[in-house]
Amino acid sequence: MKHVVAALLLAFSSLAFAQADEIANPDPRVEKRLKDLADELRCLVCQNQTIADSNAPLALDLRNQIRTMVNQGKSDDEIRAYLVDRYGNFVLYNPPVIPTTLLLWGGPFLLLLVGITVAIVVVRRKRAEQAPAALAPVERARIDKLLE
Amino acid sequence: MKSLKYIIPLVIFAALAAFFAVGLTKDPREVPSPLIDKPAPAFKLAELHDAGKVFTPEEMKGKVWMLNVWASWCVSCRVEHPLLVDMSKRNQVPIVGLNYKDTRDAGLKWLDKLGNPYVLSAYDVEGKVGIDYGVYGVPETFVIDKQGVIRYKQIGPITPEAWDKTILPLIRKLNA
Repeated sequence: MKHVVAALLLAFSSLAFAQADEIANPDPRVEKRLKDLADELRCLVCQNQTIADSNAPLALDLRNQIRTMVNQGKSDDEIRAYLVDRYGNFVLYNPPVIPTTLLLWGGPFLLLLVGITVAIVVVRRKRAEQAPAALAPVERARIDKLLE
Repeated sequence: MKSLKYIIPLVIFAALAAFFAVGLTKDPREVPSPLIDKPAPAFKLAELHDAGKVFTPEEMKGKVWMLNVWASWCVSCRVEHPLLVDMSKRNQVPIVGLNYKDTRDAGLKWLDKLGNPYVLSAYDVEGKVGIDYGVYGVPETFVIDKQGVIRYKQIGPITPEAWDKTILPLIRKLNA
């Protein structure tokens, strides 16, 4: 039981992300959208943390900015665009497909293609090696004789 | 065909090594600003020295100038400061300060003690203008041209090297 409680606590600890008492009277709907958005945004001060997780003052400012924009009825795309305009695509953990990220998005498929090609070549070669060599006429004649 | 077997891993290794070598020379803290070659975001802020006076970047139109984001709590600003004071004495470029998330008191004391290289400092206590300028690591410095377009951004303190090799030549070019 203790373990289950511990596991549950751990699982939900991430919900208590942005310092629940960060603002007075948080609106659960706004907080939910903030969390969904901020989880995909990189904090620029402590890189590799999200804006949702980070304790940096800038992350707090940006969370409050997102709250304001959510309250103003801005869409997720508008909020993301607002941040990209200021900090660049670097803030997005989910990068857009643009010329400079083509390799990033296409790379795995490229590698898959290379892998498949190599596999096909190897299998074919193996098969060719294993196929029994054709018998020379002399051998065939000898077998026929033995089988008679 | 045999020799290919030995060459391929070597080529892969060379490619990886090249990627890593390039990666080593890059500073992940320096995020390219999307604001370069864009008009400097407009703002209206009270001045640090005079809460009754308002500064807007419009006032600097027609001049090549620098916007330097600083704060009294910022350690690297202290490192950069003597260089700014030196520049202001030589009158090379007007420097406007953006006093970022500071208190008026602490900011003024800091300037009294270390010298004031700024034409004026705008007082951004909430850091809202900082957000508009994509500020994430104070000090940051923007070089803005006569048309009010941001031409260069220095993240972190201006080093003598960056000043001599990049910023000063750029300012001279923009003034020409």
